[in-house]
Amino acid sequence: MAGGSPIRNDDALMSSAWLDVLHDAIAPNDGKPAARVADRRTARAFAITGLCRLSGGASQETWRFDLVEGDRVTPLILRRAPGNAPSVVGSGGSAGLAAEAALFGLAAAAGVPVPAVRAVLRPEHGLGEGFVMDRIDGETLGRKIVRETQFAAAREQLAYQCGQAMARIHRIPASSVPPLRVAPAAAELAHYRGVHRSHETSKPVFELAFQWLLANAPPAPAHPVLVHGDYRNGNLIVDAAGLRAVLDWELAHLGDGMEDLGWICVNSWRFGRPDLPVGGFGTREQLFAGYEAAGGVVDAARVHYWQVLGTLKWGIICEGMAHSYLSGAERNVEKAAIGRRASETEIDLLELLVPPPGTSLARKTGTS
Amino acid sequence: MYDRPDPVEQLAAVAEFLRDQVMPRVDGQLAFHVRVAANMLDTVSRQTRLAPEAEAAELARLRNLLGSGDNKATLDDLNRELCERIALGRFDIDTPGLCDHLWRVTLDKLAVDQPRYDTLLRLLAAAKTKEA
Repeated sequence: MAGGSPIRNDDALMSSAWLDVLHDAIAPNDGKPAARVADRRTARAFAITGLCRLSGGASQETWRFDLVEGDRVTPLILRRAPGNAPSVVGSGGSAGLAAEAALFGLAAAAGVPVPAVRAVLRPEHGLGEGFVMDRIDGETLGRKIVRETQFAAAREQLAYQCGQAMARIHRIPASSVPPLRVAPAAAELAHYRGVHRSHETSKPVFELAFQWLLANAPPAPAHPVLVHGDYRNGNLIVDAAGLRAVLDWELAHLGDGMEDLGWICVNSWRFGRPDLPVGGFGTREQLFAGYEAAGGVVDAARVHYWQVLGTLKWGIICEGMAHSYLSGAERNVEKAAIGRRASETEIDLLELLVPPPGTSLARKTGTS
Repeated sequence: MYDRPDPVEQLAAVAEFLRDQVMPRVDGQLAFHVRVAANMLDTVSRQTRLAPEAEAAELARLRNLLGSGDNKATLDDLNRELCERIALGRFDIDTPGLCDHLWRVTLDKLAVDQPRYDTLLRLLAAAKTKEA
C-alpha cells in the first residue's frame, strides 16, 4: 500500500495510465473536461466499459466498470469522495476512504474475505479521494440472500462464516490499524443521543431505550479491538458456496468486538426472517460457534446490549435521513420515505425491552 | 362539500398511475424512486384514514398518564413532557399505564408507516392466538 500506487504486481495494472482513462470516462459526470489522456498509445491500450454509478450520497460514490486491455477484461469497483469533500474522522464518523483501503489490506492478510485493492487514488489522478478494488461476483441484496433457493446451501454456513470472519477482524492487532476513533458503548451512546437531540423529534420509546442503555452500559474494554462497524446482511457478498466478501468498512473503529455480533442481529437486516436472528440466514449459536472456532470469546449479554443499541442507532439514522430531507440538505424522495421507517425500530425496541402487549391491545389495531 | 374523488381516492389514482404507467417505462434508480414515491402516497392515504382516531386516543391517554389538566396542551407538548419524564427517570417501565401506552402508540404508527412489517404481523398473530 506504500505510496498509494497500484497494489497488485500485475503488468497491466502496474502502470496508473488506466487511471487517466478512468478519469476521462468519469470527468463528464463531474462537469470537468476529459483531458487526461494526452498519450494516444495509452488511450489505445486501455478502455473503460460499462461505467455505471451504483449508489452513494452527496459525499461518497460507488462506480462499477470494466477495464479492458486487449483481450483482458478486469471487473472493478471505484469507491471515492469526489472533488474536495474529504471524508471526516470523528465520533460516529467515517474512517475515511484511505483508511478503508488500508483496512482491506490488513483484513485480507488476517484471512477475512475482502476484495483486492488495485489502486489508491492520489491527488494527481484528479478523481478525488478513494480507491479501486476488484468486483467480486455474488449477491449483496439481503432480501435475495435470505429467500432465494440458489443460496440455500450458503445459508447453512453463512452465520458460522460471519462469526469466523468477525473473530479474525477483532484479532487484527489494534497497533497496526490506521488512526480510527475509539468508541466504547458509552461514547456511542452519548454520540447518538446528541444526534437524536439535534433532530428535535420526540420519541418516548427512544427515551426508554436510552435509559436502559445508560443503566446497562458495559465498561469500556481494557483493550479496544478493531470493529468493522457495519457488519450486516446487505454489506456481504454471498454466492452459492457462502461468504465471498465483507464490504463497507467506512464505519470501522476501535471498541468492543461484541458490537459487530450484536449489529448483525438487528431485526432490520433479517428481511422478513425474524426467526433467523443473524441477518435472516442463521442462528446465534452458529454465529457464536464460528466466532469461537476462530479464537474469539463471546459475551452473549454484551451481544444483546449491542443489538439494542444497534436497533436504536438504526432508528436514529432513519430519522436523520428525514431530517436531512426536511432541512433541505438532501431533497430526495427516498430520504423522506426512510423517516417513516424509524417506527420499525420502535416496535423492535419495545419487544426487546418491555413485556409484550396484552391481547386486548392488539385486537384494537386495524391494519390495512 | 367537495366532490369525489376524495383525498384517499385521489392518492390511490396517482399511486396506481406511478406503478402501472410510469414504473414499467423507467429503470434503475429512477424506477426505484418511483416505487418509493408510490409507497409514500399509500402511507399518506393510511394516515388520512387512521390518524384522527389514533391521535384522539393518544391525546386522551397522554393526559391521563401525565395527569395533565391543561386542555390546551397539544400532542406535541404532551409527548415532549413524556420524553422528559422518561429521560429524567421519573417514568420507567414500572410506571402504571406507560408500557400499554407505548405499545398502543407504536402499533398505531406501524399500521400507518409499515403495516406489513414482520414484527407487527408476528405480534398481532400472537395476540390472536392467545385470545382464541
